[in-house]
Amino acid sequence: MYRYDEFDTTFVRQRVDQFRDQVNRRVSGDLTEEQFRPLRLMNGLYLQLHAYMLRVAIPYGTLNARQMRQLAFIADEYDKGYGHFTTRQNIQFNWPKLPDVPDILEHLADVEMHAIQTSGNCIRNVTADQWAGATADEFEDPRPYAELMRQWSSLHPEFSFLPRKFKIAVTGAAADRAAIAYHDIGLRLKRNAAGETGFEVMVGGGMGRTPMLGATVRDWLQKEELLAYLEAIMRVYNLHGRRDNKYKARIKILVHELGAEEFTRQVEDEYARIDAPRIMPPPQELTRIKTYFAPPAYEELADQSPELARRMNENTDFAQWVDRNVVAHKQAGYAIVNISLKPVGGVPGDASAAQMRAVADLAEDKSLDEIRVTHEQNLVLPHVRKADLYEVWQSLKAHDLADANIGLATDIIACPGLDYCALATARSIPISQDISRRLGDITRQRDVGDLKIKISGCINACGHHHAGHIGILGLEKRGEEYYQITLGGSGDENASIGEIIGPGFSSETVTDAVETIVDTYVGLRQDGETFLDAYRRVGPDPFKEAVYATH
Amino acid sequence: MPLIKDGQFVADSWTVLEDEAEIPPNGDVIVSLERYISEVDVLVRRVGRVGVALENTADPEEIAPHLSDIDLISLTFPAFTDGRAYSQARQLRHHLGYGGELRATGSVLADQAGFLTQVGFDTFEVPSGQSIDVWNTASGSVTLAYQRGYEGSRKTRDKLQTSPAPQLTPDCAAVAGQTVPA
Repeated sequence: MYRYDEFDTTFVRQRVDQFRDQVNRRVSGDLTEEQFRPLRLMNGLYLQLHAYMLRVAIPYGTLNARQMRQLAFIADEYDKGYGHFTTRQNIQFNWPKLPDVPDILEHLADVEMHAIQTSGNCIRNVTADQWAGATADEFEDPRPYAELMRQWSSLHPEFSFLPRKFKIAVTGAAADRAAIAYHDIGLRLKRNAAGETGFEVMVGGGMGRTPMLGATVRDWLQKEELLAYLEAIMRVYNLHGRRDNKYKARIKILVHELGAEEFTRQVEDEYARIDAPRIMPPPQELTRIKTYFAPPAYEELADQSPELARRMNENTDFAQWVDRNVVAHKQAGYAIVNISLKPVGGVPGDASAAQMRAVADLAEDKSLDEIRVTHEQNLVLPHVRKADLYEVWQSLKAHDLADANIGLATDIIACPGLDYCALATARSIPISQDISRRLGDITRQRDVGDLKIKISGCINACGHHHAGHIGILGLEKRGEEYYQITLGGSGDENASIGEIIGPGFSSETVTDAVETIVDTYVGLRQDGETFLDAYRRVGPDPFKEAVYATH
Repeated sequence: MPLIKDGQFVADSWTVLEDEAEIPPNGDVIVSLERYISEVDVLVRRVGRVGVALENTADPEEIAPHLSDIDLISLTFPAFTDGRAYSQARQLRHHLGYGGELRATGSVLADQAGFLTQVGFDTFEVPSGQSIDVWNTASGSVTLAYQRGYEGSRKTRDKLQTSPAPQLTPDCAAVAGQTVPA
């Protein structure tokens, strides 16, 4: 994992002091709320329906036990004893008081964390494959580049007042777990015929009211050129992105209006003029960062664990958990453990301070002191010895963290919705809870298989409904919430945007509709066919017929 | 409007000339890009310096052939959240090698001062009532920058060579800098 040196530490401390000064000027009246707003947003502080909300950055979703314990401390001390993990691999605290925020930032700085640019019209927390550095299907670890971009984007002098927020995701694996096609910039490390790795650069993906998949503007970018090339993209966007209409201000609209070819030409023209060597870090800097991401001190182990096999034979619950929540690690004898934050009927992404501490303890004892946060609002212990899996499972079980539902119907992404968010038009958490209870029987879930249900409480699509196999969008008409359903979305390497199936449903009937869709799939699937495969084969009609005949 | 340079209020020798106003025979004047282009012959032959005000939608390239005759370029922030002029400044300094005065006008607030300096602005027209102490505190509150190749006094990592090398286990050191095998 990356560790701060004196430079990083000083930088983050200065940022805390700067924000403390800004808060003091706001409290004294030197700054108006209008002037303060963009300043607080650039430090992750929102004013929500009931209180301030502080969003803390977890760069590319990676943290250690000490950091997780500090988050638990903040949850206890300044919130109501829990935190909410988000779809940008961050954590949100929903009840901080404004004068306390500089102190919270101080506590974060103590463990090499911050809230820099977790909101505002600037470059947001860079996200990455949550299994980076551990997964067996990786070409190259994307984290050093994510860290390089974290540093480069922090308090960027030129790109801190963009037309709109800006999100970058990076993956180094064949399977895309970072949803790069849905990002303002998506980066994929890939390998060429000569065996070198380089980036494919996609621009202009996004969700919101106009969902789009990114276009490839560069099929091959040398890794050393990354920051200089990003500067060219950002400059074209900063100068030409629309500022007349907030809903047309994301880079996807610029790419769409210019056309991908013309946009690419403008970026390449700008790039040709950039004095790249002046901007790019010297080679020793990338080496310095990469050093921190060297493989941890694995033990030499046999890949198979007799202990694991025996426990799986003895205990069906454990075997089912291994089947769904544990995936292959690149190191023999190790596995990646996914911890579900989606108990049946629970709030997606919520964790209590006690649960955070339990995960921290497990990370320290059993996962080489590493934890990951996923964009699907779950946690990961990336480096667990197979022989330890049973013990880990028992500890997780003791803290209600052993739901064996990763990737299943109840592993739902939901935004905070109208229960918290000032922008929401409908509730999403109660709908998610209702669907989760309805489909929660584990035998049924396992029979239904891979299914991604994603719920947003407004058009901004923070719940990623466009990328849901079943997507649900909460809207409001004449004071009534209603829910639009889309089918066939996907955020993976074969990304697609879900299609609306027809008129919306009330909060009372939307769960019935989802259940009908699931049952329809079960009725028409062929051998081994997942929901998404089946949908892509048969299209929306059988689902529409079933849903609108019965509702 | 008060003018700040090098952390102090300074006298402003420049007059902004409306497009309809007559060009005075001497004194420092700032004209619009359109007027500069159409009356360049008159403007360069008079006594006194000439500056050009660019809208934040203008392409700095348009002024490129004239940069050696121009002593000041002013760029504007219609709202402080509208960041186009940061990139214009960067293009002027970095691509076009402009070395004259670069002035920020419009909604210019203390909390932008650090960024403005980094992209190459050197004078700041601020709203009346701006305290110089608040300005200097805000602009000096961060002394470090991660971005290489920008202007200003913020130090990049290369220039702050106090960082110790990371403490590594022998295992880690052995693979440092190598590509992680797939």
